[in-house]
Amino acid sequence: MAAINRDDVAHLARLAHIEMSAEELDRMAGELAVIVDSVKSVSEAAGDDVPATSHPIPLTNVFREDVVGHTFTAEQALSGAPDSDENRFKVPAILDEA
Amino acid sequence: MSTDATLSFEEAMEKYDPVLGFEVHVELNTRTKMFSSAPNVFGDEPNTNVNEVDLGMPGVLPVVNRVAIESSIKIGLALNCKIAESCTFARKQYFYPDTPKNFQTSQYEDPIAYDGYLDIELADGTIFRVEIERAHMEEDAGKLTHMGGAAGRIQGADFSLVDYNRSGVPLVEIVTKPIEGAGSRAPELAKAYVAAVREIVKNLGVSDAKMERGNVRCDANVSLRPHGRERFGIRSETKNVNSLRAVEHAVRYEIQRHAAVLDAGNPVIQETRHWHEDTRTTTSGRPKSDADDYRYFPEPDLVPIVASREWVEELRATLPEPPAARRKRLQADWGYSDLEFRDVVNAGVMDEIEETIAAGASASVARKWWMGEIVGRAKNADVDPGQLGVQPATIVELNRMVEDGKINNKMATEVLDGVLAGEGTPAEIVEKRGLAVVSDDGPLLEAIDAALAAQPDVADKIRAGKLQAIGAIVGGVMKATRGQADAGRVKELILAKLGVEG
Repeated sequence: MAAINRDDVAHLARLAHIEMSAEELDRMAGELAVIVDSVKSVSEAAGDDVPATSHPIPLTNVFREDVVGHTFTAEQALSGAPDSDENRFKVPAILDEA
Repeated sequence: MSTDATLSFEEAMEKYDPVLGFEVHVELNTRTKMFSSAPNVFGDEPNTNVNEVDLGMPGVLPVVNRVAIESSIKIGLALNCKIAESCTFARKQYFYPDTPKNFQTSQYEDPIAYDGYLDIELADGTIFRVEIERAHMEEDAGKLTHMGGAAGRIQGADFSLVDYNRSGVPLVEIVTKPIEGAGSRAPELAKAYVAAVREIVKNLGVSDAKMERGNVRCDANVSLRPHGRERFGIRSETKNVNSLRAVEHAVRYEIQRHAAVLDAGNPVIQETRHWHEDTRTTTSGRPKSDADDYRYFPEPDLVPIVASREWVEELRATLPEPPAARRKRLQADWGYSDLEFRDVVNAGVMDEIEETIAAGASASVARKWWMGEIVGRAKNADVDPGQLGVQPATIVELNRMVEDGKINNKMATEVLDGVLAGEGTPAEIVEKRGLAVVSDDGPLLEAIDAALAAQPDVADKIRAGKLQAIGAIVGGVMKATRGQADAGRVKELILAKLGVEG
């Protein structure tokens, strides 16, 4: 069984800003353990002759020339924002000082 | 806001040994962003230099800017780093409104440049080697403006406004190894190190390097340990120290604060500190503990960067003369002594003197004007000498007028003031203010006769060959002509009058 427990899931949920009930934490701890185990089997299949890779496609150096392309207007940029002010995205107070 | 206790810097140094570390972020001056074709321009209307990539919209594909990679390699080479044969990007996850993606695209395990060093010259000429751990590529974040609180601070703000124009601007983060052995020179070294990095990236032409615009930003790590102990103390990281003076002050302040904490028998808390220029102190920021868990993983949307040795050597061949080598060359060319040259460098007028010489002044004339006249005026005006508005051509013109005997040195400084006050060119000011050396011998001879008559004993001394006494007579003539006489000509005339060989 993989080393992922309920506390790990609670920690991850907090880091990812996902609110989870006690029940969900219990269930996810079990499910994630299975998933992690399944992923682990990949490393069993890959022998020493298979190098570690960060990317599935054997490509390198995909570059763009340094030429200015399209931009949005401020109006377009903000069109999906829940709230805005002075052409800027408006977000709630950042520090929780209650 | 509570004020932290501090020890005096001297007492802190007596008891503890500081260890430093720096993370310097350099914004590259590419035309476009790191991963998007939106323009990389400072100061435009909010949220107009953005497209779907910068806003982190679903399904978008970032593409790496070739010039940003080349600039990063150049920085690595200039810092004497090794350049990775192959490296990757990684996602650094965190939740903060300065990124709309909830991650920053950065590098993690395999930075593009690593294992370098920089030799830092301190004000007295001491060379201190700072080891570079790595220089990695990443993207800048958006700019937050905190509203409703005091003085734009995050503390007490009601809400924040976000401009993503800066989001995605290419950054190179330069990280030092722990710097040991600086002792009481730690604050000076801190300033000199950041100045050296700034100078290098400016010289490479890869960054505008304006600290006031945030092109070069420094996070300063400070820890203390008792003298003789090898293990490092617990460090604090002071963020956003955005001027060279502030770097020096922040390191000094943190040393004094840590020393007081340790002296009271308490542990230093590992945390981020915010630098406040107004009070020259730091305050506690968000604690590090939680933020350390960035859950890096390889960026699936970007393929690895492979820097062939040919490419690296091509880039190396384009590097300009390093600033330290340039200084050596200029000092030799100009024939300044070590002390003279160091004063010039510390006053921040080396580039200006170089330009003035290029405009036609001799090395000694350029130094005389910049060090003797302009640096002092800049200090009074509280600006950098280069920003005072003195053009090299002005100095050349002033000097020519003095050499031609049109005006004397005293008048020349007056004309300089006129130029700085916006009254026109030196020639116009001489005309307007009626400043011209009296070169007609008639009035001079009258004044000389009067001065000799007033001081007959001095006249006798000169006749007897004590030529140094002539100053008193020259002084009398200058007074009588309200400083408008050519002192050289006056001297000649006095000697001729008394029949003495000069």
